[in-house]
Amino acid sequence: MSVQTVESERAARAEKLEGLGCKRKRVEDIRFTQGRGNYVDDLKLPAMVFGDFVRSPHAHARILRIDASRAKALPGVLAVLTAADLKPLGLHYMPTLAGDVQAVLAEDKVLFQNQEVAFVIAEDRYVAADAAELVEVDYEPLACIVDPFKSLDPDAPVLREDIKDKMEAAHGPRKHPNHIFEWSVGDKQATDEAFEKAEVTIKELIVDHRTHPAPLETCQCVASMDKIKGELTLWGTFQAPHVIRTVVSLISGLPEHKIHVIAPDIGGGFGNKVGAYSGYVCSVVGSIVLGRPVKWVEDRMENLSTTSFARDYHMTTELAATGDGRLTAMRVHVIADHGAFDACAAPTKFPAGFFNICTGSYDIPTAFCSVDGVYTNKATGGVAYRCSFRVTEAAFAIERAMDVLAQKLAMDPVELRMKNFIRPEQFPYQSALGWEYDSGDYHTAMRKAAAAVGYEKLRAEQKEKRDAFLRGETREIMGIGVSFFTEIVGAGPSKNCDILGIAMFDSAEIRVHPTGAVIARMGTKSQGQGHETTYAQIIATELGIPADNIMIEEGDTDTAPYGLGTYGSRSTPTAGAATAVAARKIRQKAQMIAAHMLEVHEGDLEWDIDRFRVKGLPEKFKTMKDIAWAAYHDLPPNMEPGLEAVNYYDPPNMTFPFGAYICVMDIDVDTGVAKVRRFYALDDCGTRINPMIIEGQIHGGLTEAFACAMGQEIRYDEHGNVLGASFMDFFLPTAVETPVWETDYTVTPSPHHPIGAKGVGESPHVGGAPCFSNAVNDAYAFLNAGHIQMPHDAWRLWQVGERLGLHH
Amino acid sequence: MSNHHIALAVNGKPVEADVESRLLLVHFLREQLNLTGTHIGCDTGHCGACTVDMNDMSIKSCMCFAVQADGAQITTIEGIAHADGTLSAVQEGFRLMHGLQCGYCTPGMILRAARLLMENPDPTEEEIRQGVSGNLCRCTGYMNIVKAIQYAAAKLHETPLVEAAQ
Repeated sequence: MSVQTVESERAARAEKLEGLGCKRKRVEDIRFTQGRGNYVDDLKLPAMVFGDFVRSPHAHARILRIDASRAKALPGVLAVLTAADLKPLGLHYMPTLAGDVQAVLAEDKVLFQNQEVAFVIAEDRYVAADAAELVEVDYEPLACIVDPFKSLDPDAPVLREDIKDKMEAAHGPRKHPNHIFEWSVGDKQATDEAFEKAEVTIKELIVDHRTHPAPLETCQCVASMDKIKGELTLWGTFQAPHVIRTVVSLISGLPEHKIHVIAPDIGGGFGNKVGAYSGYVCSVVGSIVLGRPVKWVEDRMENLSTTSFARDYHMTTELAATGDGRLTAMRVHVIADHGAFDACAAPTKFPAGFFNICTGSYDIPTAFCSVDGVYTNKATGGVAYRCSFRVTEAAFAIERAMDVLAQKLAMDPVELRMKNFIRPEQFPYQSALGWEYDSGDYHTAMRKAAAAVGYEKLRAEQKEKRDAFLRGETREIMGIGVSFFTEIVGAGPSKNCDILGIAMFDSAEIRVHPTGAVIARMGTKSQGQGHETTYAQIIATELGIPADNIMIEEGDTDTAPYGLGTYGSRSTPTAGAATAVAARKIRQKAQMIAAHMLEVHEGDLEWDIDRFRVKGLPEKFKTMKDIAWAAYHDLPPNMEPGLEAVNYYDPPNMTFPFGAYICVMDIDVDTGVAKVRRFYALDDCGTRINPMIIEGQIHGGLTEAFACAMGQEIRYDEHGNVLGASFMDFFLPTAVETPVWETDYTVTPSPHHPIGAKGVGESPHVGGAPCFSNAVNDAYAFLNAGHIQMPHDAWRLWQVGERLGLHH
Repeated sequence: MSNHHIALAVNGKPVEADVESRLLLVHFLREQLNLTGTHIGCDTGHCGACTVDMNDMSIKSCMCFAVQADGAQITTIEGIAHADGTLSAVQEGFRLMHGLQCGYCTPGMILRAARLLMENPDPTEEEIRQGVSGNLCRCTGYMNIVKAIQYAAAKLHETPLVEAAQ
């Protein structure tokens, strides 16, 4: 055969596998397009009953009396649980992932509006809702704290009476009863000195406002206690099912092997479904009490106002630079509003997540950041909404601050970034705040982005439009937003990352059946990311087995190896790595079997896409399919039968995806309506497993970033009433408002990941929010508007016009 | 609660039941008929996850009582594939164009898209975006949903239109 024929024959074999790099259509969609998904609320068990909460109308109030007698008298009502019922079991409080405790049902006080006060269980969900209305609760309202800057006032009301004397908490000393922790990183003295010496400094309070992940499916579960066997099965919307199993075991005292946690199909998570919620605990208790399966399904109002808000970071951000724009230092202080309980979801040693990625993509010689977490009378959480822990907040602080600095220096924001980027030869790069960035080529990405949008031409057009505006010829202003983000994902190495003491590894178990078909299971859990499709692609390339012959299964803690779940873009960096490593173990054994079959030495074989062939004799080979069969009947002497492997992968480092985004926006100053004319997103997530899925993830992440930047918010009035806890008020863009996305990429593989992949699902959210906000700020910059806070809905931008006197 | 006797056709099959006045159509479909492909996302009529086809119109089944469906013809996601079990053009479009991720909005989105293409067999992108604006998707950013519907529109021009929804 000619060289060309050989190569095309090999290419054809590789293509058939639908492995790495293939735009493989999703396996999941066969069932989802036919309404055959299996979500929690689809479960229907014999004798199943329904739970519903009685919730507090007040943000802060003492509970004087709870009378459930009328509710209990309603036909169909089986039980009403209150804190008094849970207390003897030690279950009226549950531990949070952040080292705090959270009331499962309020005992003496309620601390935020819609807090859980009682749990009603009835034969039918309509009756449960009726009964919840019949539970009478008398409250004595108390003064509340909504503004986190007032939490630490000397005369502030004490919110958490349960821990008021505990001044040494999970993350060190507390300086006020409403203080949760102070966390700081960096060299304070050197940073202060750099600021004193600096030629130019900027300081801005940059607020990443409170919002909510709001997946389309709310949080829900079904708990079923088999009292004869002493076994509990808990189905739920769990992004981290194994962690839930361990937590349930620790707080219930049930042995972990008698708890079966199952996460079936999940209708989106975005961080909302990482934590443990009162609904889960009450359903479990209800099922134990009644001996019947209990289903709990949040409604949307409950979802938006109780389970896991995101952000609420108030970041006083400072940059120091030379007069020609070289960064010399960064200093940030954050007031972090965690709500009434610290139920922030982050690795245990990181109360402010990975906020110390806030030096971003820049070579900043010295930096210091500190975060004060405080309690307020708002819902609990602080979850990573489509981002790694507090990384959206960090990227927003640095990227907004870079634009503020550029404006002060009268420098172009792209030029300022290019001047300060970490250079390709500096990787692996040690940041001033303690991270080791694995790989990057920022200059190339930024240049490619600027060229793709015709950046200089856009600036020229903007200048013309500004002149025209000042001459009174148009009422429209144009903004060009630039952001360049570096994410930190794939938590994480056991040396610094754990959740409740469990190292944040992840896992894969692969079994090759005699016919060469494969089942593989991982410790992660897809919520729409398409794991069933992409993990199979990794195995297909590693083992030379067509992806269609590989079934991926996640979410059943009885069958899947232990893992820490899916959030923080960790699936590819951790379980994706485990998948490749486990597959390589199988290939190693397969090579020994092939050598036995071909009667040659192992070293005489080479891997060729889907087979081992004898070096120099390509016609002598055994395909993986042949080898799989042999693994069950024709083995080398003393070899264990079978062909399977498991790997628990402890990543040596995080991965650091990055990207360059540019947004062009036109704003009508009279209405405040902002229109995205163009949005270009260049992402570098290292090796690309499935470009179709990557692009889909980027579209989705950008849309969520657009929502957050342009209007999505969970607001409270001064009495702690949550405003906008329905889709009427909470901005979720429809197809009409959502811009068209342009995607692009560069590929800088991670040097420490087995296939060089970095993770991508959250990058567009992290990079997107500052890009939109920078576009808005850039539009108004020539009018000396100063820093304009997100979100940038029309009402707020109209107010900016008012403030600037543009509406005369 | 008083009960009402209703008779209707769901996915071409006659159904009779006694239902409470306040029972929502979406709960009737999901819990009494076990047609769980129709989802609930917001309880307030905003998200469209519960969209079904009733008497040749897209409706949000969380905004409709089961008694209001007495005598109606209803199509749900379970009834939209071809009779031989193969995917309809809209379903196929969603799969081929990666028009879904978590799958939760998908049944409602597909039902709405199929009805949209019967109302307007050759929609512009703008008309598609307006046409599905009652259906929220949290995952895709809509671009691939638009492409999926464009794919279906093109495919349906070559095949009889009725197949899309029946």
